[in-house]
Amino acid sequence: MDWQALQVSLLLAAFTSAILLPLGLLLARGLAHQQFTGKYLIEALIVLPLVLPPTVLGYFLLTAMDQNALMGQWFYQLTGSQLAFSFNGLLLASLIYSLPFAVQPMLRALEQIPYGLREAAWCSGLSRWQTFLKIELPLAWPGIITGLVLSFCHTLGEFGVVLMIGGNIAGETRTLSIAIYDSVLAFDHAAAQQMSMVLLLIALVTVTLVYWFNRRLMQI
Amino acid sequence: MLSVNIQNDAPIPLDVQFNCAAGQLLALVGPSGAGKTTILRAIAGLLRSQQGHIICNSAVWQDSESGIDLTPQQRRVGIVFQDYALFPHLTVADNLHLALPNQSKNNSQRIDKLLQQVNLPGLAARYPSQLSGGQKQRVALARALARDPQVLLLDEPFSAVDKVTRRKLYIELHCLRRELAMPIVLVTHDLDEAAMLADEMCVIHQGSSLQQGPVNDVLHRPATLAVARQVDVRNLFSGMIIKQKDALYLQWHDQRLTMINDDRFSSGQSVYWTLSPSKVLLHQRRRPSLGEQENPLTGIISDMITLRGITTVLMNITEADNAMLQMDVPEHVVSRNALKIGETVGVSLLSEAIHLMPDNREAGIEL
Repeated sequence: MDWQALQVSLLLAAFTSAILLPLGLLLARGLAHQQFTGKYLIEALIVLPLVLPPTVLGYFLLTAMDQNALMGQWFYQLTGSQLAFSFNGLLLASLIYSLPFAVQPMLRALEQIPYGLREAAWCSGLSRWQTFLKIELPLAWPGIITGLVLSFCHTLGEFGVVLMIGGNIAGETRTLSIAIYDSVLAFDHAAAQQMSMVLLLIALVTVTLVYWFNRRLMQI
Repeated sequence: MLSVNIQNDAPIPLDVQFNCAAGQLLALVGPSGAGKTTILRAIAGLLRSQQGHIICNSAVWQDSESGIDLTPQQRRVGIVFQDYALFPHLTVADNLHLALPNQSKNNSQRIDKLLQQVNLPGLAARYPSQLSGGQKQRVALARALARDPQVLLLDEPFSAVDKVTRRKLYIELHCLRRELAMPIVLVTHDLDEAAMLADEMCVIHQGSSLQQGPVNDVLHRPATLAVARQVDVRNLFSGMIIKQKDALYLQWHDQRLTMINDDRFSSGQSVYWTLSPSKVLLHQRRRPSLGEQENPLTGIISDMITLRGITTVLMNITEADNAMLQMDVPEHVVSRNALKIGETVGVSLLSEAIHLMPDNREAGIEL
């Protein structure tokens, strides 16, 4: 059992879902009940990581993170470290490939709130911000929690993109899924099985909890 | 006093003017899709109209000339939506609490008072999903009142409840009105509902306000043929004005009806005219009355329909090429006079009950 890899995986998933919570909400709120030119393009861009092979996404990200590329250069000038093959790079990639898992449930949840409720809130004297906090957010909770947990679980389990841009640096970019792959290559099936079971358990428990929680919220 | 004068080209064409005094209930009536709800949304600030003004108690809510356009939050309107739009995750008390203007300590007292006002005491802890349709409507009304609104807007508030509940709610609203001092605008497509609840009525057709006035005026004395059609007048005919010396007559087929003099019309002018079915005078067989000498006609009864004690008698008028005239009489009059299908009866059209309207046929309206 590679405890260090588990730690990297959990840290990566926690940071990713923590950042995606406000980011996803912001994007979902901007898209729900709005019509503007380019909306479909933005929606398509958000969903793109779902349909692209992870290697393709990883390749583009790796190219962009190169120190000669714009993003890599900018990050290097800002922090003095490189993006590719670092935890930060991995985090940035996770944010992109887990984005649809966070945004989609949140967007669906917000869109399901009848528009008339927002208008009723405004006519009751609530500002747009108060309406969001007191009406939309509580009603969209199930979708928000689902988005949060799905992005956490998906980050925990991602393999292709991580391998492409993170490599396999112990304590930095070696996540549990990479460690499992390593173990299988080294014919260490016992370790692979142990780590796979850990990932399976985490996924099963969190998803079950989400279903239980959402069912309870829906009971009102 | 609420004064509305708005024009809009798109997305929904509007050209509306009406006033509603404090304490008065104005019904906006018209068919579905006439733009009634859109007008309410414009008053509430949920829809921006391109031209015109909305003034409430001398405060300008919207004025296209000076560029004033207050947000819904700034307008202090209470609105009951057609589907009530109660916040499903909040209890009845919290729904009201959100709309209270001052978040002070006396809020629970205020909420209790509001719930009492709408006859819903003891339901403060319920969620909207635990309420019946009528209870939801009352909560929506209480929430609209919670804000101490300067205008109360009701968007088809009775359309989502069953008939029995509706009748109960009519009476409740009627009683509640006495306690309310603000202008109330009710949107409805139901003329009976408007007639029962409203002081004044404004007829809306294809986004335009056609006529505003006291309910009985609009229902029985429509200004134009278009209004007459919207308020569904049942005896609607065309005729021609004839003036002889100082007297005014209405030529209707072969019959010349005596009229009260009216300077609006000139001799030879074609007009539309209407007569409320309840104002057709039946010649009683046993007790002839004086009014029978006024415009007497004979009709052959073709059908009779009775609803809640009032019988509508349909008859073909012999002197008017068998034109169909409707007469409403109490059920007991039918039995006392032994009215039957196929029988000939005498009726009188009292000149003061006949209402004349100018012929707008050039506007493309066919009778």
